Amino acid sequence: MKLGFISVTAITAALCASSAFAQEEVKFEYWYGLSGQLGKVVQQTCDRFNASQDEYEISCIGQNGYANAVQNSIAAFRAKQHPTVVQAYDAGTADLMMSGEFYPVHQMMTDFGIEIDWDDYFPGIANYYASSKGDLFSMPFNSSTPMLYINKEHYAAAGLQAFPETWEQFEENLKALKTAGQECAYGYAPSTWIDLEQFSMAHGVPIASNNNGYDGLDSEYLYNTTIHVKHMENIKRWYDESLLEIRTTQGGLNSRDSFAQGECSHYFGSIASHAAVGKLVDGKFEWDVAMIPVYEGTERKNTVVGGASLWVLSGKTDEEYKGAAEYLKFLATPESEEFWSTNTGYIPVTKTGFDALVAKGFYESAPYKGREIALQSLTYTEPGPLTRGIRLGGFIQARSEWANEVQAALQGDKTMQEALDTAVERSNAILNKFARTYRGKELP
Amino acid sequence: MRRAYFKNNWIAALVVAPQLLIIFVFFYWPSSQALYWAFTLEQPWGGGNEWVWFENFAYLLSDDRYWQSVRVSTVYALATTALAMGMALILALFADRQLRGYKSFRIGLIWPYAVAAPAIGLAFRFIFNPSAGVASYLNYAFPDFWDPIMNGSHAMTMVIIAGAWKQVSYSFIFFLAGLQSIPRSLTEAAAMDGARPMRRMMDIQLPLLTPTFFFLLVINITDSFTDSFGIVDTMTSGGPARATNLMVYKIYEDGFRGLDYSGAAAQSIILMILVISLTFIQFRYVERRVHYT
Repeated sequence: MKLGFISVTAITAALCASSAFAQEEVKFEYWYGLSGQLGKVVQQTCDRFNASQDEYEISCIGQNGYANAVQNSIAAFRAKQHPTVVQAYDAGTADLMMSGEFYPVHQMMTDFGIEIDWDDYFPGIANYYASSKGDLFSMPFNSSTPMLYINKEHYAAAGLQAFPETWEQFEENLKALKTAGQECAYGYAPSTWIDLEQFSMAHGVPIASNNNGYDGLDSEYLYNTTIHVKHMENIKRWYDESLLEIRTTQGGLNSRDSFAQGECSHYFGSIASHAAVGKLVDGKFEWDVAMIPVYEGTERKNTVVGGASLWVLSGKTDEEYKGAAEYLKFLATPESEEFWSTNTGYIPVTKTGFDALVAKGFYESAPYKGREIALQSLTYTEPGPLTRGIRLGGFIQARSEWANEVQAALQGDKTMQEALDTAVERSNAILNKFARTYRGKELP
Repeated sequence: MRRAYFKNNWIAALVVAPQLLIIFVFFYWPSSQALYWAFTLEQPWGGGNEWVWFENFAYLLSDDRYWQSVRVSTVYALATTALAMGMALILALFADRQLRGYKSFRIGLIWPYAVAAPAIGLAFRFIFNPSAGVASYLNYAFPDFWDPIMNGSHAMTMVIIAGAWKQVSYSFIFFLAGLQSIPRSLTEAAAMDGARPMRRMMDIQLPLLTPTFFFLLVINITDSFTDSFGIVDTMTSGGPARATNLMVYKIYEDGFRGLDYSGAAAQSIILMILVISLTFIQFRYVERRVHYT
């Protein structure tokens, strides 16, 4: 029974210690989805917060993936063991909004008397997470937008100068690169986020009715009727003409790594990879980023944010909420924004944060040069009804329907139009089911 | 024959209790929860649900994608079982012949069972990689011969091989044990009568192995229906174009990633019924041909 005695003593000691500290530090949890290098930086923001004050202690727990962070939070929520703050990805926004089990950050900041200049947030970012009245439900955190990554040495070898602004030019460049003997001109991996969502934003065409779902739960997908179809048909044609090569993780080398190893001349990816690509390339060749192209004859619109935001969940004490509010306020300071943007490729979410970085000359030299183009893309126009974002339930499943159908079309099982029609039909069934599950409720 | 029994039923109950508790917590409770969800539309974050009777099932059974998933699962289950048991049987027959070095083979053949499925997935993903892996030599020799990234049946083949590889060692242990429990006197007598190894296998060893064979058939089929997640997740993520979207993987995709708890619950209930009825069929019809010694 010696062990028993020791553990009893230890527990008593721990209890005494914790009750002694309880008056001083309020503890609360934050679950995040980012992993690897990015996850480490999230952990550092927590350490910085804990070091900056002694009233609260945040403990940050990595969940290894966005999807896991949401799944685990749901499981924990049902068992009443959930964290106070959770990082949830862009595509899960509608599901969280409908749940109602959160403390809107706008409300929380007002309740605790914390002044935040909400207009300071870039509208392309804030609108994605705002209610129909424009109040923020969750705190924008890691924000990115897609970019075209270009290998400048391949361009020089093929005698190309200008970066493509239109898809027509892009195709010409692919052909020129192929003629110059470049094996892989464009490393492609089907991505709804880039090929469908951001593409439709930049072209100002709808993905779904009801202004992409913002105006009600009875929405229907429309992307099989827009210029998106033409684009996907082009992708298929480029694939058939070997102007692009498919590079997925399952194939061993994904499109980002194919680019970073100098195999492929182009790849489309998030600006968040800017730091990682820089590290992987490691000065072996010259590269740069550009905005994603649009088709000739279209007026370019802003792209929207990707990434994740921080949600404060319901069912916690006021003390914990106060701590969460302080942490979110801490993240919104220009210093924190600079720390975050420097160590990852993510962009600042506030105008002040961005201006501060510009004033310091942050974007003028490598390795950070080019990241400001992401903000140009996000702020290209004021967000309109079709370029605010996407608010569709079960969107993760809808993404997977799209991806599977596009794969089928690329395999040659069906035409791209048939594939997209099927994807739309099936995704509409998902929307129906979502509306059914939340019958009698409205989008807040 | 005398039977040992507990005079005091309380002790018996006490001894069984931990096991029952575990089964209750990890099987009956989740299953009953799933059964309940399957008949409702459950909101992921709690906050209410609606009783919808068989709507979830009706939706699934009218969904051709669901049937496609059942189809690929069946192909996967039959193919991995046949491949794994066939390989295991051949290996066990050889190990049993006690050729030189058979002891080290025996150990070497057992440990793949201890390798976690995702690790197997990763290793095979490399082996079968069309551009960088071992299989890329095939593509050098015959261009466009092998492309599991874009070709559904290639991807399926790859997943089946990886799944079977994982199962071989389990079946091997049982086959070997089964072979070793066959009295030596039988094979020796046959040898004295002039039967060669092949004849002895066909007429003595294999017929006497049928109980083991039957046991492994049930276990392998059940296992390949329910335990394929790790391999699919790392190797193909159910693609390309759902060609390897096995039932367990689809449950995970719909339930955990898509947050469609009710649909996923209904799918797991169907999977459970399917596995139970397959096992029942095997006991009812296949076991008749088994002769227990």
